[in-house]
Amino acid sequence: MTLELQKPRPIWQIMFSTHHTDVGLLYLISSLTFLFLGGSLALGIRAELFLPGSQIIADSMTFNRIFTVHGTTLIFLFIIPFASAVGNYYVPIMVRYKDMAYPKLNAIAFWMIPPAGVLIWLGFADFTWYATPPYSIISAPGPAADMWIFGLKILGISSVLGALNFVVTILKCKHPDMSIGQIPLLAWSFLSSSLIIIVAIPTFAAALLMLLTDRLGVSGFFNPAMGGDPISYAHLFWFTFHPEVYVLVIPAIGMMYEIIPRFSRKPIYSYNSGIFAFVMLSIVGFSSWAHHMYATGMSFTEKTVFMVGTLAAVPASAMHVFNFVATMWNARIRFSTPMMWAVGGIALFFSAGAGGVVNSAMPLDFTTHDTYWVVGHFHLFVMGTIAFGSIGFLYYMFPYVTGRMYNETLGKNSLCLVFHRNCSSILYTTRTWLVWNATKNLRLSANSRMDCYESNSLYWCNDHWYQYGCILSKHDSQCWKRQTCRHRRSIWSWRQILLSI
Amino acid sequence: MSGHSNWPEWIYVAVVIALMAWVGAEAWEAERLVEHVPADAKTIIATGQQWFWTFEHEDGTKEIGELHVEVGKAYKFEVVSTDVNHSFNIHDYVVLIDAIPGRVNTVWFAPDKVGEHDIQCREYCGLIHYNMRGTLYVTEPTS
Repeated sequence: MTLELQKPRPIWQIMFSTHHTDVGLLYLISSLTFLFLGGSLALGIRAELFLPGSQIIADSMTFNRIFTVHGTTLIFLFIIPFASAVGNYYVPIMVRYKDMAYPKLNAIAFWMIPPAGVLIWLGFADFTWYATPPYSIISAPGPAADMWIFGLKILGISSVLGALNFVVTILKCKHPDMSIGQIPLLAWSFLSSSLIIIVAIPTFAAALLMLLTDRLGVSGFFNPAMGGDPISYAHLFWFTFHPEVYVLVIPAIGMMYEIIPRFSRKPIYSYNSGIFAFVMLSIVGFSSWAHHMYATGMSFTEKTVFMVGTLAAVPASAMHVFNFVATMWNARIRFSTPMMWAVGGIALFFSAGAGGVVNSAMPLDFTTHDTYWVVGHFHLFVMGTIAFGSIGFLYYMFPYVTGRMYNETLGKNSLCLVFHRNCSSILYTTRTWLVWNATKNLRLSANSRMDCYESNSLYWCNDHWYQYGCILSKHDSQCWKRQTCRHRRSIWSWRQILLSI
Repeated sequence: MSGHSNWPEWIYVAVVIALMAWVGAEAWEAERLVEHVPADAKTIIATGQQWFWTFEHEDGTKEIGELHVEVGKAYKFEVVSTDVNHSFNIHDYVVLIDAIPGRVNTVWFAPDKVGEHDIQCREYCGLIHYNMRGTLYVTEPTS
């Protein structure tokens, strides 16, 4: 293990190295850079939405581009590379091998990320992170969309190469005296998430190629004007990206499995159930993709099948939470910074999962679909669970990487800041939705910078940041109250529809 | 590899599975009823395009950006799109279905009170998506 600050080396020695800790360090640096970049876009979005009307972003197209790149950056250029950083550092050590199985392939997989990031950032596409056709084919402007497609293509190849490397390292290069049932749960998490990547990503890679040729006009897979079907893109996309959710979350849970027993000063409550839950998640992750598509006009049978597939993921996730809580039960816990991040992450994981049950229930999904509720739900996962696990692990691995200890007070302060930000922004977003059911269209509202009085709708009025803004600027911050009664009943109005039959 | 017995976890998992089965069954039952379109529902063709809604009633009258319906009657929307994906949404009545070019999706509702409600597009469809909206007027029956 290299101790970077104790024995400093010139940067090119790290850049041209293929050693797993050096590649891991490069992954770490690039993913944290993109965390800051993507996070600054989020700050821009929030600052823009502080008040109705246009504040700092020139026009709605720029705004659409910003939230597209925000999502793409944080998912593909922060979360996945961060997991690779941790995996590169620890997986070879945990399976007791000198390096990754294919060190050069490992370095190649990393060096695909910066050009892809440059393509995405210079392109600045506007079609949201799922690039729905036919908008992305016939309407999305200019080279931006093509650059996004190429960027994602490169990132997909990079993920698959990295995943192959992890699978071979864990299965073939582990110490012969150690069975697969003895490797740490962190390594298990990389094994399962890598297998998901290998199965899921090629589908999206195919869809991207089809999207590109559609854009060039030589094919019409998703273009209805040429006999294609836009819904088939949605199926291909979500077949990759619902399992991809588990690719994102499983390594973060693995990191918590490393942190929680260490700071609880106890072994993990049940190693076997941890493995079982990882394997279950990797399997049921493939049975639920079309729950993103209830509103596309699916038949009742299809919806039922995917609802059952979605609900099947809940027990496996619940087993992880149980494992964490049971490990901490009666333990002499040391609340150091990594432990606090991990515990916060578990709490938010629970809220995210509980909220997800609402989305999976068919009738309720028709009220939450495409609203703030769903934004709150998946940000509780990606920001709440995954980023909390990752940042906690960043503190955890800091002494390993640098040879120095981080400042405990600063670490805890950073947690308090982020946890408050997280709870206030995300939980309030979800909670306000629940209480006032002011669920106007997320994407509509995200784009809506019109005055709420003019448009006579809630959009952002229920957002607490918006209310702060109103108070500061002496706007009528209570405008949502007038609307409350009308909106409150609508969550249950499907029941009223039933009564009217 | 912990040597102790693990029964609390399995009991917990069984409880979670039972809870999910209950949620699923309730949702299945509700959705089954909601999907059942009444036989006397009047058909309205709702067409989405960048960036407005057009409604065509059974008698051939067309409305743009506005929709007038009568209280107490059931209406079935046939939602289509002429360019990109949109999503037809009357949030107050939980009417939501995507408008996909090349497809006809149906959704129905029966307004139970006189009033005005927002109609909006709920699927990102480009530059002026945020303003792709209309108004639903629920009125007393004329005859």
